[in-house]
Amino acid sequence: MNALPLLGVAVVVAGFALRRNPVLVVIIAGIVSGVASGMGAGDLLALLGTSFASNRVLLLFTLTLPVIGLLERHGLRERAQAWIAGFRRLSLARLLISYLALRQLFSMFGLIDIAGHAQTVRPLIAPMSESAAERDVVLDEPARMRVRALAAATDNVGRFFGEDVFLAFGAVLLIQRFFESQGIHLEPFAIALWALPTAIAAFVIHALRIVWVQREIEHAKRDEPAAEASDAAR
Amino acid sequence: MLRVEHIYWLVGAFLLVAAAMDARVKRWSAAAFWTVAAMPFLFGEAILGAAQTGVRWPAQAMGIGLIALAVLAARGKVRTSEDAPDAQSRRRASAERLGNRLFVPALAIPLVTVVLVLGAGYMRWHSTPLIDPSQATLISLGLACVISLLIGLRITRAPFGESLAEGRRLLDALGWAALLPMVLATLGSVFAATGVGDAIAAIVGATIPSDNRIACLAAFALGMVVFTMIMGNAFAAFPVMMAGVGLPLLVLRHHASPAVLGSIGMLTGYCGTLLTPMAANFNIVPAVLLELPDQYGVIRAQWPTALILLAANFVLMWMLVFR
Repeated sequence: MNALPLLGVAVVVAGFALRRNPVLVVIIAGIVSGVASGMGAGDLLALLGTSFASNRVLLLFTLTLPVIGLLERHGLRERAQAWIAGFRRLSLARLLISYLALRQLFSMFGLIDIAGHAQTVRPLIAPMSESAAERDVVLDEPARMRVRALAAATDNVGRFFGEDVFLAFGAVLLIQRFFESQGIHLEPFAIALWALPTAIAAFVIHALRIVWVQREIEHAKRDEPAAEASDAAR
Repeated sequence: MLRVEHIYWLVGAFLLVAAAMDARVKRWSAAAFWTVAAMPFLFGEAILGAAQTGVRWPAQAMGIGLIALAVLAARGKVRTSEDAPDAQSRRRASAERLGNRLFVPALAIPLVTVVLVLGAGYMRWHSTPLIDPSQATLISLGLACVISLLIGLRITRAPFGESLAEGRRLLDALGWAALLPMVLATLGSVFAATGVGDAIAAIVGATIPSDNRIACLAAFALGMVVFTMIMGNAFAAFPVMMAGVGLPLLVLRHHASPAVLGSIGMLTGYCGTLLTPMAANFNIVPAVLLELPDQYGVIRAQWPTALILLAANFVLMWMLVFR
């Protein structure tokens, strides 16, 4: 076993810890790993080039930017906030827990890319969450950022822990093919079924955390005299 | 037949337009950055095809381009465009005027994607399918973006150029973060090709007491999480940890159920995905998209969920895997 390519991992850890530009860190790590494994310059460049080109699906989301940008310029986020403000009983927790449930259910049926950070979180869910959180308290800047980050985290949790229940999803097929290559035959259905307990656990845990964060934000604001004053004025 | 390559050409064209707009206002590094970034989309199929037949110079040129991108990314500064007060009041007025019609194009992206995915099997010209069935989701997503843009232009009555300018504004706000997921996936491939995974599996395998099945299970679960955090991707960690620890020790030696171990083991890796900046498209890109001051803000919001779920997964495996 050649342990030298692990130097690349060390470069990544050090680079992220020192908050250097991640793109630069990652490319240097790749070059270090390649050189440490004894790869020639020509081979390494070809490996970098083919890997980069074959992963281009990961930039596909940029196609949403022209329409999202256009709608934002014409007031999409303002409209989303006003719409949510019209529902008197919709709290931050209710909004995000409903989104979590929908995101998980859709992912379970293979509808994974219908939502996402560019498609739904930035234009709709994040401004709606801010508006729902603002109903009871005045949000300061750190609390507003916390609400936005929680909206993004909720999208991640819903997506990750729903998609594996879908039969045709890549992860299920990857697991099935791995065992097949080792002479162990598994039905994709059995693999997908065993993802259900974790899917339920993920929903319960994250829903409780959403409630927890909402309480923390409300309590922090109640302790502040400024918030009390504005409450009294109302 | 519409292939995913056609959608990639569209992405490449958008990146080139963004580069031209940057060049017009003399932002040369940004212009160069997006021009190079457009290359895998315009010529990706040619590069990969040539590499397969043994012609390596296009792939090597792309490799040099990638290094150039890293240098340009390190030079560039993240700019946050301050909102002018009159722009804000204009948006308010427009939101008032257009009302809920503004939601139509935004919701059209997911809805049209679903309709096209479900309908792809029926859309045929003679016997040729109109949408390549092997990539139906990605092609449908690309088409849905185009259709919802058309709807958006009609509702807002804005000129087409405005949508491109607004798209470029968002793209420049993302900057290098937009490209980070692709670059990280590239690193994953390099790590796999240079044997980083085998080295880690060997270290884990050499340090655990293999007679104790709980210790093996803990090593497998932690290995999945840590390796996923390093690679930014549970898919990359899975074959390595399964071949190094899961299969020889847990399945063959301690008779663990492969279906349970595979399924929950993968989901244990996903807990690692929630914890790492290496999973940039889930953790760093949204932090930039939402204009959070802290690039680790999303990870901060989700690490407690990840750790509690990790513990839950471990208990589930313990209860279910040995039956």
